[in-house]
Amino acid sequence: MSIDRRVFLKIAGITTAFGLGGSTLINGLKKRGLEASELPFAGKQGGLTAKRWGMVVDMSRFRNEHDIQRVIDACHNIHNVPFFKNPKHEVKWIWTDTFNHTFPGMESEFMMEGLEEMPFLMLCNHCKEPACVRVCPTQATFKRKDGIVMMDMHRCIGCRFCMAACPFGARSFNWRDPRGKDEDGRPFIRKLNPEYPTRMKGVVEKCTFCTERLAKGLQPACAEKSNGGLVFGDLEDPDSELREILRTRYTVRRKQELGTQPSVYYVIGGNDDV
Amino acid sequence: MKLYDGGKIIFGLIIFLGLITIPFYFNAGKAVAPPKPKLDTPVIQALAVKECVKPKEIMRAEHMRILDDWRNSVVREDDRQKIVIGGKEFTKSLQNGCLKCHSNKKDFCDKCHTYMAVNPYCWDCHFTPKENKS
Repeated sequence: MSIDRRVFLKIAGITTAFGLGGSTLINGLKKRGLEASELPFAGKQGGLTAKRWGMVVDMSRFRNEHDIQRVIDACHNIHNVPFFKNPKHEVKWIWTDTFNHTFPGMESEFMMEGLEEMPFLMLCNHCKEPACVRVCPTQATFKRKDGIVMMDMHRCIGCRFCMAACPFGARSFNWRDPRGKDEDGRPFIRKLNPEYPTRMKGVVEKCTFCTERLAKGLQPACAEKSNGGLVFGDLEDPDSELREILRTRYTVRRKQELGTQPSVYYVIGGNDDV
Repeated sequence: MKLYDGGKIIFGLIIFLGLITIPFYFNAGKAVAPPKPKLDTPVIQALAVKECVKPKEIMRAEHMRILDDWRNSVVREDDRQKIVIGGKEFTKSLQNGCLKCHSNKKDFCDKCHTYMAVNPYCWDCHFTPKENKS
């Protein structure tokens, strides 16, 4: 049978129409999976909400090692963050480093006494334009509506693109099974919190601004234990305590010039009103 | 048509068929008892209304999908609304929800998972309640 141009176009058109329409029809008719929304729910539970969560780190409140360690422990203990002796395997949600490493480019020839040795507290900056989220191939890391850059551990495939993208070193890869034990037989997670999961070997983890605590109406664990050194609040709410500090004190952010718009601000000197 | 070395080939085929069907001979006529997950944990016994978030048949077939949906709504949408069954609130969580009642992983989860030869990796990260070794 010979086929002319008109017939060919007709057949092609009908086939395309069926192909496009058919799949929609079939998907529409197919029995949908069970939706979580079909379950009987309680009313909205009280939790902390914001348009964009942020934090101020007031370095004048961290006088000694003890102040800092208390905050780090508060976080790492409740989130089952493992401790690996090998610094190459380190997993951290909140940690410290020197001024020069925290604010590269801001060091000068003659600086305030003691500034260079001061340990600066660092955590995920929960950037407004997070580089990690842009590179994640599985959307395992994503930005929530309230600005928190969150991890969905079930989706993480351990490609570590996010670690390469993050300019702040806020992300840690689990090179070893965090549930394991070191050479001396000590478990990597010193104190297990049964209410929070651990991670597994091969996933990337980081600070989540304690989303599980916010949902219960609690402040993040670090802020709670910081004696006012870490102030957590809504950056978009002009009446928040956070904005009041930003209005009245001189603050800086880490590596602003990169344009990721970090949500963590630092008050460095000027401890006159402490 | 002539089958070269026909005898050898047919003999070989018979041996081959015999070998790959060994599992069927082995288990022929034997019924493996279907798993009976236990529901007699102290928390479940103390419940006034012994009801899960969905009927038994749905839970059996769909619990993995429900867990997936819960994870998406809690982690991705921050929707942590609790589920109310018979006046009792249930948290959308494996570790802090399901396992609070079903505290017997060995006699509950593992029973069917072993029977079906599935190996979910929930427990790589989520804790299971402490239970006596049975």
